[in-house]
Amino acid sequence: MTVFIIRRLLQSLLVVAVMSTLVFAGVYAIGNPIDILISPEATQAEFDRAVRSLGLDLPLWQQYGVFLQNLVQGDLGRSFVYNEPAIELILNRMPATLELAAVALFLSIVFGIPLGLWAGLKPESIAGRSIMVGSIFGFSLPNFWQGLMLIMLFSVMFDLLPAGGRGETAVFLGIESSIWTLDGWEHLILPAINLALFKASLVIRLTRASVREVINLDYVKFARAKGLSERRVIFVHVLKNIMIPVITILGLELGVMIAFAVVTETVFSWPGMGKLIIDSIFVLDRPVIVAYLTVIVVMFIIINLVVDILYSVFDPRVRLSDVGA
Amino acid sequence: MGDPLLQVAGLRTHFFTRTGVVRAVDDASFTIDRGEVLGIVGESGSGKSITGFSIMGLIDPPGRIVDGTLRFDGTDLRGLSGDQMRTLRGRRIAMIFQDPMMTLNPVLRIDTQMIEALTAHIQIGKDEARARCRDALGMVGIPSPEERLSAYPHQFSGGMRQRVAIAIALLHKPDLIIADEPTTALDVTIQAQILYEVQTLVHTQNMALMWITHDLSVVAGLADRIAVMYAGRVVESGATERIIERPIHPYTQGLIGSVPSRSARGARLNQIPGMAPSPSNLPEGCAFRPRCAYATAQCGTVPENREVVAGRWARCHHPLSGDTEDRVASAS
Repeated sequence: MTVFIIRRLLQSLLVVAVMSTLVFAGVYAIGNPIDILISPEATQAEFDRAVRSLGLDLPLWQQYGVFLQNLVQGDLGRSFVYNEPAIELILNRMPATLELAAVALFLSIVFGIPLGLWAGLKPESIAGRSIMVGSIFGFSLPNFWQGLMLIMLFSVMFDLLPAGGRGETAVFLGIESSIWTLDGWEHLILPAINLALFKASLVIRLTRASVREVINLDYVKFARAKGLSERRVIFVHVLKNIMIPVITILGLELGVMIAFAVVTETVFSWPGMGKLIIDSIFVLDRPVIVAYLTVIVVMFIIINLVVDILYSVFDPRVRLSDVGA
Repeated sequence: MGDPLLQVAGLRTHFFTRTGVVRAVDDASFTIDRGEVLGIVGESGSGKSITGFSIMGLIDPPGRIVDGTLRFDGTDLRGLSGDQMRTLRGRRIAMIFQDPMMTLNPVLRIDTQMIEALTAHIQIGKDEARARCRDALGMVGIPSPEERLSAYPHQFSGGMRQRVAIAIALLHKPDLIIADEPTTALDVTIQAQILYEVQTLVHTQNMALMWITHDLSVVAGLADRIAVMYAGRVVESGATERIIERPIHPYTQGLIGSVPSRSARGARLNQIPGMAPSPSNLPEGCAFRPRCAYATAQCGTVPENREVVAGRWARCHHPLSGDTEDRVASAS
């Protein structure tokens, strides 16, 4: 188990190295950030000074060398734009995105799994069919449009909830978050629903498909033949088996929600990381882009690790082996 | 002698699919007594497993029991509510499935799966339940049952898993066990061991056993009586030795003829011409008619199930000799 985790962390180093090379070369190929950063009226001397201070006068491979040198010292570089350490910029924005993703994940689980179970157990019923049709909408309506509709309904027409921004935060258990205040929830709930709609639809469809598959297997029939109550058959025998695919997808989707909640964050002016990365890409703020992607890679690796550990909890046939991965 | 433990009469279980009605079981009748082993023999698709599931009340939609009587120890099973049926399942009627690799839930430990079978029917303390499960595992020949209780199904071999399934079926000392080809997926040595153990258990505990199989040679040594099924109907039933020695129905004769024997080594195996009909598209009248050497125009009507020879029933217009000496007078 320990070896397994260490091996995973080493793999993540390799992924970070490859990713940073690609992003470095990619951003370099798009354009020179100095053209965007510096005002057109600047003199040649000012221009040269700016280029030098940002280290952009060096050839690409040397710039990359400097980056690696700083990286091993734990320094991911300074933002060209804000002139602040890139990692700090990201970490400042992170709690907002994390709480949004966590609430969205929670919503997709508490709505997705029960609705998927229902649709899987009673596929021919009106409720079962309605759930499936609804999930198609959740799936295929564009995310930004769903967000705008939510704002129009709950903020504009009924005037129940604020249209955007993050609410008051409070500190509880050492975590500063807006989920500890009522105002925070009022601001959080719409973007969380917006982010969760697609994921919940995915979970519904996946749960339903798994239920349809498992319900016909012999061990479910045998559980009934033992005279177990229907409740026990479904909530123990069926549910525990369908958790494996559901956890896989939720793990991946959680990563996607944290890393690329850009659309939702933009629609609801949520001060999260997604907004930051889009802005940084516009101005080719390379240190922020690279630092952001590094954080995301590490996060994905941690999520995958947690998912693998959860597998072994839900499926006794899975043993985290020290050889291979 | 009183009423039999289980009486199945005129059972019809049909599946209403989009492509039409599949008559999986179409007028099947037989009885089982306590302490008796009944072999239900038939090819794949003859409706023998569906018959077993019908008795258990485990027919899933689109299937439904459309007609017939299922009388178990004086109770009409078809008249019971879902919950009443549930209290019978596992406690008084137990079932063992065909594929031991699929019968046990892969993500639950053996003790969980055994103890839940107990607590579904009786109030029992945790330690006592565990002790009973351990004893049941020991009884079916699982070594070091105490440790094995905490194992998961994938840590058992196929034969051991089937023993666990049998132990679960035996937990409540049921009156009737329905065994649906429980040894088909196992190798021959394990099969012989399990057959022997099951037979002993039935006789010592005075249970009734319904052994569903396609393998005539398995039931020949095990069953007291045999019911042969073809295309959803019981075509012949009676005492095992008498059926094997002198079959009445041409289909039974064909089945027995196609069992490989040591005396005819190297010779071509006899086979019944043609294919078993699809249950969604059965021939009119006697379903065996298109494959039968004795078929006449009369076979276009469904033959009645009648007692051709004392204690021997068959559905055939042209029964073979049977035991000639005690042929029932009324038979024509």
